[in-house]
Amino acid sequence: MIEITHITKEYDGVKAVDDVSMTVETGSVTVIVGTSGSGKTTLLRMINRLEEPTSGEVRINGASTLSEEPYILRRRIGYAIQGHGLFPHHTVARNIGAVPQLLKWPADKIRSRVDELLDLFSMEPDQFRDRYPAELSGGQQQRVGVARALASRPDLLLMDEPFGALDPIIRTRAQDDLRRIQQRLGSTIMLVTHDMEEAIRLGDRVAVMDAGKLVQYGTPAEVITTPATRFVADMVGEMERPLRLLSLIPLSDVMESGEADGAPLGPEASLRDALSACLWTGRSAVPVEEDGHITGRVTLQAIRSRAELHK
Amino acid sequence: MYLTPGLLFSVLGLAALMAPLMTLAANRIVAGEGVMAWDVAALPLVIPGLVAILAGLGLGLLTGRPAVRLAGGVLGLAGLIWLLVQGATAMLDGAGNYARVSPAAGFWCLLVILVLLIADALAALRPRPLARGGLLFAALAVLALVLGSGVLSELSVLQEYASRRDTFMRESLRHLSLSIGSLGAAAVIGFPLGILCHRRAQLKGATLPVLSFLQTIPSLAMFGLMIPILGWVGSTVPGARSIGIAGIGFAPAFLALVLYSLLPVVGNTVAGLASTPPAALEAARGMGMTPAQRLWQVELPLGLPIILTGLRIVLVQNIGLAVIAGLIGGGGFGTFVFQGLNQTATDLILLGALPTVVMALVAAIVMDILVDLTRHGPKDTR
Repeated sequence: MIEITHITKEYDGVKAVDDVSMTVETGSVTVIVGTSGSGKTTLLRMINRLEEPTSGEVRINGASTLSEEPYILRRRIGYAIQGHGLFPHHTVARNIGAVPQLLKWPADKIRSRVDELLDLFSMEPDQFRDRYPAELSGGQQQRVGVARALASRPDLLLMDEPFGALDPIIRTRAQDDLRRIQQRLGSTIMLVTHDMEEAIRLGDRVAVMDAGKLVQYGTPAEVITTPATRFVADMVGEMERPLRLLSLIPLSDVMESGEADGAPLGPEASLRDALSACLWTGRSAVPVEEDGHITGRVTLQAIRSRAELHK
Repeated sequence: MYLTPGLLFSVLGLAALMAPLMTLAANRIVAGEGVMAWDVAALPLVIPGLVAILAGLGLGLLTGRPAVRLAGGVLGLAGLIWLLVQGATAMLDGAGNYARVSPAAGFWCLLVILVLLIADALAALRPRPLARGGLLFAALAVLALVLGSGVLSELSVLQEYASRRDTFMRESLRHLSLSIGSLGAAAVIGFPLGILCHRRAQLKGATLPVLSFLQTIPSLAMFGLMIPILGWVGSTVPGARSIGIAGIGFAPAFLALVLYSLLPVVGNTVAGLASTPPAALEAARGMGMTPAQRLWQVELPLGLPIILTGLRIVLVQNIGLAVIAGLIGGGGFGTFVFQGLNQTATDLILLGALPTVVMALVAAIVMDILVDLTRHGPKDTR
């Protein structure tokens, strides 16, 4: 558990982060979202003490981050940044093994950890281990950057706009990969982004920052349905709200027995996907398929009633 | 048809052939008479050399075939040296005991043109660093073989050498220790200073202008300035004289060279360390590297090519500047240059100047190879 209590950062009398308190559960993904200058990156960087707080404190599993040297602290916290920050003069294997190397793991343990991570990120170890960053595509570089941040099995993974430099298609894939890997490893992740779409896609909890203050901290559904301020509502987007909400609800929630025509969707697809399929093909219901069998259907009517439920 | 380097080289080469290839002088002081390439020896002896030069220049025309052009350059060079060897003995026949033969304008021009042709072909061939080392070694071996075999010993400059064999060895070593020693001293001072400047912007703001100012002092003035300064140190600081510190000699020359070396060493160290991608540095900090680990594992390896480029500049610059040490009794090849100037003996000047040029060229090539070897990362994307 990460506890942030009354943390403030001042630069020349201006508060970049103003009295922020929040608690992050172990094994969850928390996305800090805000415009540029909102203090979201400063907040993230105070957790691994790349910035020292002016006041307040951060506790990781009960222990204050101020109780040890910053560089020792940072070796327990993964850190992935926009533009990956890979070492251009080191191979992929050496890049991924950088933190275990700092922690003085034995060489064979580092080697097997590197291969394990490359496998996890769908990169063939034999093919990629000895390459240099310049020989990888943008998406591969980004994956190596995240693998490096995860290498020492850190208590916490901090990510600062990790997908910011990727094109939209690769970004969506990278987000799905991160979700899959996080669920598999049970990692605790805090991620900073300016993109509300990304925050809603990835976050178990979303923290919205505005002018240094934490203006709302809740589940994606809460942020969409009951925005705390005008600013949060603007970030979500008035017209987008119903669609954003539907994108959070899986078909399994409103599935009913019965039949429908046309191409089926999987149970993990969202109501937004189902709505889209209905509108595009002129159907009033879509079949739901699991393991090759049709298990039910989702009707347009059910989607509509689910969308009105928040009132 | 546009101008290719090969065409330029052959036109210039033909023009150079029309200039006197060698000179014959009555003694080592007076100016000599020019002798054309085809007159340096009996015609049957001259023809193979001329043919080789013309053929070499011709092969140099084949754009897009760098290996052939390289062979042409080497063939032309062989022909040129052949002519020199024939001329050195034939021209002295019956010319008197004090007569001297020397290469003349035509020879030097052809030499430069053919070397440029070879360099141009090599640049197109892009040999790997170690292959370049091998080529350099082979070229030096051939040079040593030609000079050692005695076929050129009748040349005036080698006559000067023959009468100063021991001094030449001593001054060569002196020249090397002046230029390499001052480089070493500058590195010992400059690396830590550069690292400190990189860490503290204020120190950088104070240091680099001072070093730039030192660099602008004309070299003669710098060497001259050292005389009163070190003379004073030598006569006032106890024990300074006993370790060789005095107004003239090795110490002031060495110090002047060190001062000139500091700017390139410090400047390139700062530039090299600053060339680290900011994201890589941020990642290094974020993953828990200490400042020392960032320096040794990230900043220095990534900056090494630029830092070594600084050392290359210093070494080549110092080999040239060390000539001036001869003026203040510091020794080195400058001794011959200034003796030669005093005696108006051109060949004695050459005895100092030619080895300096060769030494500087070798240093430049060796340092370039080192710079390339320290470039990290994928070898094929260079």
